[in-house]
Amino acid sequence: MTTAIAFADVAVGTELPAASYPVNRLTLVKYAGASGDFNTIHWNERIAVEVGLPNVIAHGMLTMAEAVRVVTDWVGDPGAVIEYGVRFTRPVVVPNDDAGVSIAVTAKVTELLDGNQVKIAITAKFEDQTVLGRAQAIVQLA
Amino acid sequence: MALNPEFIGRTYPAGPSYVVGREKIREFARAIGDENPAYLDPTAAQALGYSDVIAPPTFAIVLSLEAANAALFDPELGLDYSRVVHGEQSFSYTRPIVAGDELIVTTVIENIRSMAGNDMITTKGTIATIAGEPVATATSMLVSRGADE
Repeated sequence: MTTAIAFADVAVGTELPAASYPVNRLTLVKYAGASGDFNTIHWNERIAVEVGLPNVIAHGMLTMAEAVRVVTDWVGDPGAVIEYGVRFTRPVVVPNDDAGVSIAVTAKVTELLDGNQVKIAITAKFEDQTVLGRAQAIVQLA
Repeated sequence: MALNPEFIGRTYPAGPSYVVGREKIREFARAIGDENPAYLDPTAAQALGYSDVIAPPTFAIVLSLEAANAALFDPELGLDYSRVVHGEQSFSYTRPIVAGDELIVTTVIENIRSMAGNDMITTKGTIATIAGEPVATATSMLVSRGADE
């Protein structure tokens, strides 16, 4: 465990550096291939619309992966994340254009735990609306 | 169609083991747009105290979802996969997944319930090395969206 952040350096309310991550159709194809999640709603507009979605939507797991990056980039050692959970509350709709969309992520420390662990609440927004609920990570600090 | 609640508690034994490769971790890291050196460079990972590159925190889904498919695609369960969206996901780690790990996943259907015309199924995958060392758990709640009337 070699974290860049020490437990003594954080307090409840400490904000992590915010970041914004791009998502376009190519991102979804790459994620489908790398993860093995070929659910058609993530790449086939016809089927996405047929099942009542406005368009192709991003894999929730892609949003989840990007959201925790704010934590792993802050802490330095990604292996310091010992718990991570989210609810997928709103789909990230990805239009068939080259620009795609952006997911804006902020996070802050909400609780100091025993054993130099901290709880972090993460907020991920798409078009100014949150897309994850109860997004929390527990991180082991040095 | 409602899911068959008799599936609650059903356990699916581990299938073939999954050997975690450096290149698979690299591919996954690049797909999520995260080029953290701990995922890509064995020397950087070793500087953090790991034997080889480690996987991003959400990588466990690659193993756990594949393992859960045995349950999710069981025709007797009645899940229409084209109507499935991911409702909730959580991971708990004893340690990060490291390249070279040979892992197995045991899956249990923890819950099935219906709400507002949607069916929800929760599976929990327990990931361990073939030697029995616990590594992580991955709990997934999937929602099968009810057909529009």
